[in-house]
Amino acid sequence: MKIIIKNGHIIDPSQGIDGVGDILIEDGKIKEISTQHSALSTSSSAHRTIDAIGLYVLPGLIDMHTHLRDPGFEYKETIKTGTKAAVKGGFTTVCCMPNTYPVNDNASVTEFIIRKAAQEGHCTVLPIGAITKGQKGEELAEIGTMRNEGCIAFSDDGRPVMNSLMMRRALEYSKAFNVPIISHCEDLTLSEDGVMNEGLLSVTLGLKGIPSEAEEIMVYRDLSLSKLTGGRLHIAHVSTEGSVKLIRDAKKRGVNVTAETCPHYFSITEDAVTGYDTNAKVNPPLRTERDIKAIKEGLQDGTIDVIATDHAPHHMDEKLQEFDKSPSGISGLETALGLSLRLVEGGILTMGQLIEKMALNPARILGIKRGTLQTDTNADVVLLDMNREFTVEVDRFLSKGKNTPFRGWILKGMPVITISKGRIYEWQ
Amino acid sequence: MLNRKDLLGIKELSKDEINLILDTAAGFKDVLGRDIKKVPTLRGKTAVNLFFEPSTRTRTSFELAAKRLSTDVINFSVPTSSVVKGESLIDTALTVQALGADFIIIRHSSAGVPHLLAKKLRASVINAGDGTNEHPTQALLDAFTIREKKGRIEGLEIAIVGDIIHSRVAKSNIYCLTKLGARVRLIGPPTLIPEEIRGTGVEVFHDMEAGLKDADVVIMLRIQMERQGKGFFPSTEEYSKNWGLTAERFSLAKDDAIVMHPGPMNRGIEITSEIADGPRSVILEQVTNGLAVRMAVMYLLAGVKR
Repeated sequence: MKIIIKNGHIIDPSQGIDGVGDILIEDGKIKEISTQHSALSTSSSAHRTIDAIGLYVLPGLIDMHTHLRDPGFEYKETIKTGTKAAVKGGFTTVCCMPNTYPVNDNASVTEFIIRKAAQEGHCTVLPIGAITKGQKGEELAEIGTMRNEGCIAFSDDGRPVMNSLMMRRALEYSKAFNVPIISHCEDLTLSEDGVMNEGLLSVTLGLKGIPSEAEEIMVYRDLSLSKLTGGRLHIAHVSTEGSVKLIRDAKKRGVNVTAETCPHYFSITEDAVTGYDTNAKVNPPLRTERDIKAIKEGLQDGTIDVIATDHAPHHMDEKLQEFDKSPSGISGLETALGLSLRLVEGGILTMGQLIEKMALNPARILGIKRGTLQTDTNADVVLLDMNREFTVEVDRFLSKGKNTPFRGWILKGMPVITISKGRIYEWQ
Repeated sequence: MLNRKDLLGIKELSKDEINLILDTAAGFKDVLGRDIKKVPTLRGKTAVNLFFEPSTRTRTSFELAAKRLSTDVINFSVPTSSVVKGESLIDTALTVQALGADFIIIRHSSAGVPHLLAKKLRASVINAGDGTNEHPTQALLDAFTIREKKGRIEGLEIAIVGDIIHSRVAKSNIYCLTKLGARVRLIGPPTLIPEEIRGTGVEVFHDMEAGLKDADVVIMLRIQMERQGKGFFPSTEEYSKNWGLTAERFSLAKDDAIVMHPGPMNRGIEITSEIADGPRSVILEQVTNGLAVRMAVMYLLAGVKR
């Protein structure tokens, strides 16, 4: 099958392309890309010609941090619903965290996820395996075997490896397989049973706070261990000014580290928790204006390489509970691009830099040939209409998770077509 | 009348609303002094005490306040076991409302639960203590007692001593007393007073003597024994030595200072019996005033048109 996308504004940082041109897709691969200087060599008739005048044509986005909840928590999300939500949000690849039931800490769970995603997934699913068995932080999981089965990174996610020796071993051992270790940095003994950012607001709401230091202490520990071992460290969901500074400094010193943040950490502050809105309960917690400023600077100067969603769908009944009891997390796949485009609007990033953060850099960190429109790569393509505004309405979410603090927000910039796994998805 | 359906906290109240409640309570206190202590004001209404945490004094006080207003009261205690059975908070509250409750008086160990219920229920929700957030009727009865004893609140120096960070009583008192124009000082070990709380306009003292100097009112808080195992302070003995209210320390306050305690007291730990039972203690009057204040709150909320 041949598809031609005509006259779109192509942005592909991997080839330095930023201009109007055409793309020819054949049998699910990018066959040819042309800019104003050269027309497509094949003018033969395509099965489908897409007029992309006035639209951005982008490589499909890659989410390095997704919770698909499958297997085990299918009432929250499934591979099918999560990947459909991803495609609607402009993502053509998602990396799913291992905190499923059973935990993805062995090759048979990895194999199950990959097989199910091949059958039912609307986009490519690349699993992240657990660092330790059962995410317990006690024994290394079979990282090599899971790597062979298809895991592209390793993380104990929200149950961080507290034992420094175990983390050292993980960073050392993973070097044999050239895979990044993704660290959710949280000193659990310091955050204890905290539920929001620590500060005046947590005091006046009577909610137990989590200080920024609970994150920063572990960021520093992991940077130190990465320096010690040379292991590849990727810091998940950076939420504080202090973390940005530590990572910036470590990069200057040549530490083998990359980092991500999420749209909620540069879009809203802890104020969203006021009124005990459990949709604003997330871990790490929403912080302050000062942190937002630092994160934006970190994105701008390259300290933060990636914008990931940390898509964490939960059932409505779970969020409709006591604040203390409600699970943490935001359903993020369908708002991530719209929220991130505000950075372009605000002059923090160029469109090309945004695509680096959401497609090219994740691909480089994970060592996969994606996030690009180069010829012979998979035709993962998004057509973005920057003139389309949409209101965040949870009833229209394709994700089962309706938990978002962005309900009612008006966002500008919407994918109108996503091409994923050889299929064309058109969005109204 | 109060222009609100619920009493969730003092944070949400204006100075005028607080004064309205206190003035109304004064009228009800007269009723309580009569031979026949009951008025037909809220006959036919139903109040439900929905308590997810054990409580005797607050629950009894609300129960009696409702009865004095001729309102029917049901005590719906939720022991831990039924939480284990898995009924959600919302379902429990809706069940109680379906019984015909006009008032749902809620106590819960999690902050924000009254706010959640208020959004979901037609009934008036009265916060009887939510986690470490607020205990608004306690603050109102404290303010009522201070006003009664001192004739005013504005300009008074009021010291609150003890476990501030975990105390919903302290929080509500801070908001209430500062709104009414008092100067509030917090006294206790740094582990029990978060630095950020200075943002509410209070002064913080870690030295008991310095904090008590020339105070008009001293409010002592109950020290929870279980805090000592968590590293907040090494032992109750050491706590008592540094932050317990003795006669000697109390003499640093003004000569006509009064001492208060929301109860239950740990005699000999945060307060000596000499002070608790002394002439300047108003601890039992606080209990009596609690009835009048709770009657006023129910009366004022009942008047709101829905």
